[in-house]
Amino acid sequence: MMSPIKLSLLSAAAFIIPILFVVLIGGYRRLLIRMAFSVSALASLISVGAGILAVSSSAAEQLILPLGLPSLPFHLRLDQLSGFFLFVVGLLSFFVSIYSVGYVTGLAAGKPVKRLIVFYNIFIAAMFMVCLADDALIFMVAWEVMAAASYFLVMFEDGRSENRRAAYLYMVMAHIGAILILLSFGVMAGIAGGFENFTGYTFDAMREAEFPLKWATAAFLLSFFGFAAKAGVIPFHVWLPEAHPVAPSNVSALMSGVMLKTAIYGIVRVTFDIINVFPWWWGMMVLVLGLVSAVMGVLYALMQHDLKKLLAYHSVENIGIILIGIGLSMIFTSFNLPAMAALALIAGLYHTMNHAMFKGLLFMGAGAVLNATHERNMDEMGGLIHHMPWTSVLFLVGCISISALPPFNGFVSEWLTFQAFLLSPSLPNPLMKLLIPLGAALLALTGALAAACFVKVFGVVFLGNWRGLSRPLLTKVTEVTEAGWSMRIGMMLAAFTCLCLGILPAIIIKWMDVISEELLQTRLITTSGVYDWMWLTPVDPERASYSGPLVLIGIAAVCAITYLLLHVKPGKISRVPVWDCGFKKLTSKMQYNAVSFSMPFRRIFGFLFDIKEQISLLPQRRHPAFPVKSSYYLRVRDRFWGWIYKPVIDAVVLLSRKAGMIQHGRIHVYLIYSFVTIIVLLALL
Amino acid sequence: MNLQLLAQINSFLAALVLLTSFAMLSQRKINSLVTLFAWQGLFLSINTAVVGFVAAKHHLYISSLLTLSLKVILLPYILHVLVVRLKIRKEMETIVNIPTTMLIGIALVIFSYHLTAPVREMSTLITRSTLAVALATVMIGLLMMITRKHAVTQIIGFLAMENGLFFAATSATYGMPLVVELGVALDVLIAAFIFGIFFFQISTTFDSLSVEQMESLREDN
Repeated sequence: MMSPIKLSLLSAAAFIIPILFVVLIGGYRRLLIRMAFSVSALASLISVGAGILAVSSSAAEQLILPLGLPSLPFHLRLDQLSGFFLFVVGLLSFFVSIYSVGYVTGLAAGKPVKRLIVFYNIFIAAMFMVCLADDALIFMVAWEVMAAASYFLVMFEDGRSENRRAAYLYMVMAHIGAILILLSFGVMAGIAGGFENFTGYTFDAMREAEFPLKWATAAFLLSFFGFAAKAGVIPFHVWLPEAHPVAPSNVSALMSGVMLKTAIYGIVRVTFDIINVFPWWWGMMVLVLGLVSAVMGVLYALMQHDLKKLLAYHSVENIGIILIGIGLSMIFTSFNLPAMAALALIAGLYHTMNHAMFKGLLFMGAGAVLNATHERNMDEMGGLIHHMPWTSVLFLVGCISISALPPFNGFVSEWLTFQAFLLSPSLPNPLMKLLIPLGAALLALTGALAAACFVKVFGVVFLGNWRGLSRPLLTKVTEVTEAGWSMRIGMMLAAFTCLCLGILPAIIIKWMDVISEELLQTRLITTSGVYDWMWLTPVDPERASYSGPLVLIGIAAVCAITYLLLHVKPGKISRVPVWDCGFKKLTSKMQYNAVSFSMPFRRIFGFLFDIKEQISLLPQRRHPAFPVKSSYYLRVRDRFWGWIYKPVIDAVVLLSRKAGMIQHGRIHVYLIYSFVTIIVLLALL
Repeated sequence: MNLQLLAQINSFLAALVLLTSFAMLSQRKINSLVTLFAWQGLFLSINTAVVGFVAAKHHLYISSLLTLSLKVILLPYILHVLVVRLKIRKEMETIVNIPTTMLIGIALVIFSYHLTAPVREMSTLITRSTLAVALATVMIGLLMMITRKHAVTQIIGFLAMENGLFFAATSATYGMPLVVELGVALDVLIAAFIFGIFFFQISTTFDSLSVEQMESLREDN
């Protein structure tokens, strides 16, 4: 039996095999896709096993690789926290790799599939290495490899300038984040081993160091904002809605599902494991940013009518929810309330896993829809449930999960977060006692808005009738076919995982409870009863408990009774045309679409957006009441772009203009610059 | 031979190097410029041998031979071939007129003496007084690069700067380790080759070797 860390290293190394396939059998497209993604799936499965073993085993394992710079070898470590993230990354990569076999085969013939396979595998392997890293050097190497590989994946269809712009924006944001993280490691290594040498570069050395408060604050702020740029926390979210839609859907599933989670891993690792000093305002800042991201993310999502852009904004929302859990946990830790901190941390980590699963599922579903219709705009779709029954049911599972409804997994983690919120009155600070429950209200609003948003998505895309009328070249609805088997299997596995995580949370939380023991030295669930696999009781049974299996049985019973009541007697259901109010001319254009569905929210929350709305009525021949043609124009923009990013970009452009003035292009002038510099320096020094 | 005499010889050679520098600054014809550069290399080579004798450092004889073969024979030959091949005959324009350039050169020499004064106080080497000359040679080389428009004079200016650096190394510390000197010599040789190739390209692209033409490569803003 191999030790977990060697097993995980093996799985990361196994991602070289698909790249070799590209070289060896690159000519046979179909065979290449099948073999390459099967091997990726297998390698991901190995790391799932390694992750489970690592969480279950009690001790952390370390390994020093004979690689790296001279006298600065790479350190690896697999403890419960990295094991958990390895498990999450591996599980979704496994599903997505299975899905990719069908998805990539379905891509148009001219697309650069080989490039996709190469960078896809590098990308996943780099995510594994990020989770395993135990020194600043290999962490940064893996982090940057991950960013570069995903950059090339976003650039997949580089023929369109929109995609190149999105990829460039992503690269810039990723690098700003990476620089901040690097600086943070620099500060921590400097404190741990002195600023003159490199001995402090291992996480072990940083763990042992005692950080003075101001340096700890500097390190925390740098690393938090660095990771926030990757995670897409507002106001660093601008790259997400640009980059996710243009990447191939299997890549979006991975980027949104697990790449953002590596940033969460980084935050937890640095904050709870390495720095381990907690002034209360750190947690408060994380909590507030999480709340802002959650509410703003879901509101922006509501305004979208591009399916993948909408999902991208939901990632912002869910990262916000995860940060709420982590922020609460930091606050509780700073007031020395470890049991509550453990609850909040587990809530955040559980939501991390849940979001990976359901967001992966939703992006896979979106990819299936995209492959079938070649369309991202929801307002051109409709009625797909008749043509893609499997995809629509699986997508519905994702919708219910993300809307935090039982019996699926989204409910459990948000419920846990609420429990953590409701414990905040036991905090000693009176101001926080009052303010933090307000956060719970915002979280509730987020959940409700997310549900509204997914009612819109499912209703507009899958229900009703096909709308694709506005453009003649659009795919005909008869050409829309169900997704292939491998795509269905990938989605089914993810949906099944969502269900399992939703109905058996007690078992899973018991399994991952060791993380809170590792980081906070306390366990969440201390009691053990006969039926404890059925009941999730985070605080105590009198306060609140949730039983997934019972809720599932209840829902199944209600569904079965309704079905029996309706279907047991034939002839009770009759299908008739929609009542048209006597108008007689119903077309599919008259359905509610994404824009009209979200109109009330645009009215209520309009002040948060930069909205431009125009209705123009074209030639009025006889009477203004009978326009020949009317058109509606709507543009909803992110205000953060104008508030934060545009001034920065303008300033940079202005500065480079000014700097350009001393560039004459004449060699003599440049020589004079250096000559004068030398003379001045010689004279002064 | 007594040390006093050797120091005198050393100073005399330094003066000759400086003199050739000024001569190069005032020379308009490229062929004469190449010849002057070869003379400067010769003085440098003799000086290195003298310093090697004084300091009893035998590796300096090797670098003296290296200087002789490279800077007196090979590089001037390459430059000469370049001048013939590129058919450069006409006199060269300067940006600043020659008397002014000479005045700036004199100012640079005074500046160098001023700068190296503290070093002369502290050093015990017999070659210490020539350090100012070496620094001045470097600066005059740079000045030549600035004031001349022609690309070939720019490389001669660059090589003159290198001569100055080499001179500074021998006079300030009795020479660098042989490995370093071999490396530098190789670098200079390679640089000369690359310059040569570039000049052919430039002259075919712009029909001229005046670096002012390259201004058109600038990005418009």
